[in-house]
Amino acid sequence: MTPVPYRVADRRQESADTVTLTLAPAAHALPPFRPGQFAMLYAFGVGEAPLSVSGISGNLLHHTVRAVGKVSEALCRAEPGNWIGVRGPYGTAWPTPPAGDDVLVVAGGIGLAPLRPVIVESLARSGRLSVLVGYREPGEQLFPAELPLWRRRAQVLVTVDRPTPGWQGPVGLVTALLDTADCRTDRCTAFLCGPEPMMRATVGELLRRGVPAERIVLSLERNMHCGTGWCGHCQLGPLLLCRDGPVVDWARAGEPLSVSER
Amino acid sequence: MNAPAPLAEIDESGLAALFDALVRRGRTVVGPTVKDDAIVLAELGSAAELPHGWGVETEPGGYRLRPRTDRAAFAHSAGPQSWKTFLHPPRARLWQADRASDGTVTVREDDAPAPRYAFLGVRPCDLRAIAVQDRVLTAGAYRDPVYGRRRDGVFLIVVECTEPGGVCFCTSMGTGPGLPEGSAFDLALTETAGPGGLSYLIRAGSPEGSELLAELPARPTDGVRARAAVAGAAGRMGREVDASDLRALMAGTMTAERWNQVADRCLTCGNCTMVCPTCFCTTTEETTDLTGDHAERWRRWDSCFDLDFSHLHGVGPVRSSARSRYRQWLTHKLGTWYDQFGSSGCVGCGRCIAWCPVGIDITEEVTALRAESGAAGAR
Repeated sequence: MTPVPYRVADRRQESADTVTLTLAPAAHALPPFRPGQFAMLYAFGVGEAPLSVSGISGNLLHHTVRAVGKVSEALCRAEPGNWIGVRGPYGTAWPTPPAGDDVLVVAGGIGLAPLRPVIVESLARSGRLSVLVGYREPGEQLFPAELPLWRRRAQVLVTVDRPTPGWQGPVGLVTALLDTADCRTDRCTAFLCGPEPMMRATVGELLRRGVPAERIVLSLERNMHCGTGWCGHCQLGPLLLCRDGPVVDWARAGEPLSVSER
Repeated sequence: MNAPAPLAEIDESGLAALFDALVRRGRTVVGPTVKDDAIVLAELGSAAELPHGWGVETEPGGYRLRPRTDRAAFAHSAGPQSWKTFLHPPRARLWQADRASDGTVTVREDDAPAPRYAFLGVRPCDLRAIAVQDRVLTAGAYRDPVYGRRRDGVFLIVVECTEPGGVCFCTSMGTGPGLPEGSAFDLALTETAGPGGLSYLIRAGSPEGSELLAELPARPTDGVRARAAVAGAAGRMGREVDASDLRALMAGTMTAERWNQVADRCLTCGNCTMVCPTCFCTTTEETTDLTGDHAERWRRWDSCFDLDFSHLHGVGPVRSSARSRYRQWLTHKLGTWYDQFGSSGCVGCGRCIAWCPVGIDITEEVTALRAESGAAGAR
């Protein structure tokens, strides 16, 4: 269960503290990843961190990393050509929405990263696509280069908690955007990733609007050391999130997530 | 039809012969021995190192050696260690990585072969604990190589329990004191002490066990005395608990008042998780040498009572209160373990009771939670 050697093929600075790395296998590629699954990325001499894929193109893996700890800081510093160890693919994938269903994506901050492949796949589907993103500040916005492409086909609404001079968009919680979301609540699959309070609030609004719990899918986060179900850190009640998650529908996640400090 | 095989027994010299036969086969024999005022598990040089003539007294927050009036070697209940010390070691190196001058990193898995262990004196409760860890660490999608290498080919010599301790409750959990039907083992012994010295009812549970048994100076026995000793043990459990439908009971306790009461006593020291024979949680450490070009990844036991255990960036500990951490431990052990691994995580060995510095008693907590749940249901 050792990391497989990959090389940084490309590095794109998304925002002040967030970088998207494109990783190419140095020799043999890992088995194919599916959107929603995660890898354990190993920075030599620093350690490992679990990171969902933010894109998959052939053998190449894309990971969007926010520098929040020692390992993610080291990963964000990686330059093209640098060695990165990769284990995976681990965990569950985003489900494919039923044909003809609308897709609603609700993200908070870096939570947009694991949802990026859902958006990219949904651009090619029939049915409506609505993307709602909340950031703390405008400077945190991710994938700026791709937004025009997304907007050609989808509704993309961005809100911020703390506007900076020049911000023209909405201010406030992402849940406030739900009223203007272009999707039919009776024929919609909702994909969520972000801080838990944001996801709880969004789920509450979606349930109230009649979206069934099975059609509300979340990518959840817990402390993780192995990715393989052995270390015990990623428990959320009955779930081991490295194995039963990170992608879990509200029908399964609702009960454990409704208990504080679970 | 074959006639049932006659029962066999060996005496103390037969036990020594068994030990020597294991050593001749290249086995590293691990068993109980007296060290530092406790009966610990350690690599043994001979059967003479077994804790002959020693018993133990246990109570919530207490464990003491007690001399016996006979020479029994296995008339003691669980000590501070369990077999996980040898199968799932407290520290293990997972891999070493070396960085060359061109930046290329070579990662080598630590795959040195494990000793060929023989475990002598595995209690039925602890045999179940091994089976529980087998499911956690080897029966999922990924097989833990550290545990797997050590577990493969272990020769298991069970000794049925005839002397339960004050904190034991294996009968409640259905794991002892006798060997339950369907258990996997190589040899099973039942020790009795009489005027003629020690005798051991001995049965084989595997081809290798039968082969070894055939080499021992065994004589036929009716096994009555051994059976009676085990049956007597079942009636002398220090504790008992209503273990019916624990999964549902635990699931309904999330807002129980009892967690506040236990949190007032719990020091969140994690002793219970260290001595528990099924607790398996680990954390990882990355170390580098002074050149910075050699890194090692180590794994060590961790505890859900540690604040860092549930740390998330931007959140801090998910479980910051003692209440939530004790609740996590108990509801996992007795409840969500079923969801995750298909069985209870508790085998009734009582270690968590004896080694809790403030004497928190898992059986008392379950009883209190059941009473609170019943009272809530009745309202």
